[in-house]
Amino acid sequence: MDGPAQQAVVSLTDVSMAFGTNRVLSGVSMSVRKGTVQALIGANGAGKSTLIKILSGVYPQHGGEIHVDGSPVRIDSPSVARSLGIHTVHQRIADGVIPGLSVAENLVFDALSQPSFGSFFSIAKVLPRARDVASRLDLGWSDAVLRRDVFELGIADQQLLLLARALDQQPRMLVLDEPTSALSMAEVDRLFAVIRGLKEDGVAILYVSHHLSEIDTLADSLVVLRDGKIRLERDRPFVWNEVVRAMLGDQVLAEEEAITEHRGTEVRLRLSGVRLHARSAPQDIEFRAGEVAGIIGLLGAGKTELARGVYGATPFTEGSMVLDGAPYAPRSPGDAVRHGVFLVPEDRAAEAMLPGWTIARSVSLPFLSQMAPRGLVPRGAEARRGRWVIDELDVVASGDGHMVDELSGGNQQRVVVGRWMAGKPGVFILDEPFRGVDIGARAGISRKLRALAAEGAAVVITSSDVDEILQGCDRILVLGDGVVRSDTYIRETTRDQIIERMSEIA
Amino acid sequence: MEAREGTEAAPTVPTMDRVRELIVRYGVIAITLFLLIFFLSAEETFRRPTTLLSVLKYASVIAIGGLGVTTAMVVGGIDLSIGGTAGMAVTISAMTMVIYDQVGVVAIGAVLVAGALVGLANAFLIVKLRIPDMLATLSVMFVVQGLKLVFVSGQSVSSGMPLPNGSFAVGRFTPEFLAIDNGFVGPIPVPVLILIVITLAMFIFLTRTRWGRILYAIGANPEATRLAGINVSRYRALAYVISGLLAAVAGLILSARIGQGDISAGNSLLLDSVAVALVGMSVMGLNLPNAWGTSLGAVMLGIMITGLTIAGVPYYAQDVVKGVVLVVALIFSFTLSRKKARYVSAV
Repeated sequence: MDGPAQQAVVSLTDVSMAFGTNRVLSGVSMSVRKGTVQALIGANGAGKSTLIKILSGVYPQHGGEIHVDGSPVRIDSPSVARSLGIHTVHQRIADGVIPGLSVAENLVFDALSQPSFGSFFSIAKVLPRARDVASRLDLGWSDAVLRRDVFELGIADQQLLLLARALDQQPRMLVLDEPTSALSMAEVDRLFAVIRGLKEDGVAILYVSHHLSEIDTLADSLVVLRDGKIRLERDRPFVWNEVVRAMLGDQVLAEEEAITEHRGTEVRLRLSGVRLHARSAPQDIEFRAGEVAGIIGLLGAGKTELARGVYGATPFTEGSMVLDGAPYAPRSPGDAVRHGVFLVPEDRAAEAMLPGWTIARSVSLPFLSQMAPRGLVPRGAEARRGRWVIDELDVVASGDGHMVDELSGGNQQRVVVGRWMAGKPGVFILDEPFRGVDIGARAGISRKLRALAAEGAAVVITSSDVDEILQGCDRILVLGDGVVRSDTYIRETTRDQIIERMSEIA
Repeated sequence: MEAREGTEAAPTVPTMDRVRELIVRYGVIAITLFLLIFFLSAEETFRRPTTLLSVLKYASVIAIGGLGVTTAMVVGGIDLSIGGTAGMAVTISAMTMVIYDQVGVVAIGAVLVAGALVGLANAFLIVKLRIPDMLATLSVMFVVQGLKLVFVSGQSVSSGMPLPNGSFAVGRFTPEFLAIDNGFVGPIPVPVLILIVITLAMFIFLTRTRWGRILYAIGANPEATRLAGINVSRYRALAYVISGLLAAVAGLILSARIGQGDISAGNSLLLDSVAVALVGMSVMGLNLPNAWGTSLGAVMLGIMITGLTIAGVPYYAQDVVKGVVLVVALIFSFTLSRKKARYVSAV
């Protein structure tokens, strides 16, 4: 019982998973050892959730082998996972707590559904057990709290409830998926204390997070997942820019000379004292006409908050903005559009696509009041606008009547971008415009954005991919935990410096 | 439709898919034509011009109510208060003329105002208080039905009825108001004319104007519509106000048809309106709530009910037929069509 292999509570060998032709995990081998915290890191779409779902029995159809305490197992269902001692606290709290039941019932829910509990139920029967479970985390909840409806608890307490429930099952391995996303600073400290206690009790912990600082505090070792493969495995101490590099991929820039830089002179939009996260410091940011500004940061850095705030989709709670010298305080996207401030949102399917709509109609939607001042939509002008977008952005489509949902992802994105370009933007923000978009579409869109800036627009692109930003932008702002860590023109910085900045621990 | 059958020879698309496509596109139209031809050949009475006009008159109320439901469905909701509003319109028009002794125009005005107010109440609950469409309009339906009874202490309103103060109602349904149902413009009955005008107006509004376009956008993806810079709340409210107004118009025709403030009027309108709006979705394989489809669905229902009545089928059996036809239309939309039907459940 002395080699590290012996200590592995759960080990994966060559685990793979595909949905149709889409391989989301391939050849993943890793183990989580007794009494240690193993961190799992990866960008969106790296395969983290798939891995978690395999471990918790949601995807029994995976390839490869899983061993628990050295013996091979098949995790066919969530209940098998639990009986093997693998317990998962999912990121979405709402998936775990059962509304309408009391706190106590939620705490003992696993026991409640066992035949041994008996057929009859009373709160008196539940309370002592619930007290027991709550005490595992020193939650200190009174009987009055235990009798309340679970939804009266704050989100953080709900999170702790789920954790307590998992702990009550005496897990051999605990999977924590982004456990701090809903917690305040003090609650995070409390959670970390609990995790350290669990380590001492010999529980193996798989800790999934994109917060490098948390991993720095907690983890004994880490693995980095990218595009379904393990790219890096390290024990403490961690070298953060190596980690970020592994997360983001390190294909070298094709041609350094490809970088062209245009500096804008005139400030188009000025943000003063804007707070991107509730816990972060207020920021002052300028966007200039004539340049493409890239905002780079890891997940949760505040990029989307910035984009949506400028667009009025989620107005800033603090701070002010000045657009072309005049105060600008959009309360809705409509306000922003009237001011010539446009946004390509982060999630194309949910926030930009109109299923069953033609290209022409999708393109004209934001500008209908200009195009049809008296109500009747001019079909000729609408079709021309659709064809303009198709030509301008090289959309592969049969014509302006092509349904947008039948286009490929890259072409959908060209339509979404082109729709706004047809409206002559003053400030054009694109939130992760290249995610899930092929290289060709990315280059084409990038070129158009540069041309747009050259005509005098202030273009802002957010991304978590260094190369996207390096290839498409004149200026780079590195955002981390809601704070601008650096703001430089592209010739003044290097890829390494950017990664360095991104990897800083708050 | 005519040339289509002739060009079926191309072997590229499997025949089954083509047949399916044809059924999805023309199924409802085919059923309507079949019913029409069947009743025309089987029942002598059905062939009389008056019967055919009465089919359209019957269809007019349901079609206009159905267009109200359609408008709510376009924004991804539903309006269950249609029947209640139409029923209230009957009572309000009767009260205005019979109890308050006003002319028909005043009654029409009062009814339209009431319809718009119901629409605003729905909009307030749905947009401001964020209650799901189906639940909000269901509650409003109860309130409206109850209010109607409160207005008249649960009594049907008719000329000469005793009033609480001991006198008798002196007013009556004025001839110009009754003309809403029994009048003619040339050879065309007024309600049929109203049906045609409203169908055409709603068709143009929904498909050719920017307002209609935005309503469809909300139904397709409300968040994308908001992020396109559109005030989604305002347009959803507009949809419910239009729906309330159309219900009021349906109630006006109903009122003129009955000629008194019957408190049970409008009771069956809701289900018929929802049914024709759903049938209408499958017309031409659009799989979207649309004006032509809804009116055609109402005409189909009119042909069916009139034909079955003439054939002596009792009214309770007619409901079975209605239900089966609705199921068939829904199969066209939801099962056979490859286009995903855009009916967003409100709950």
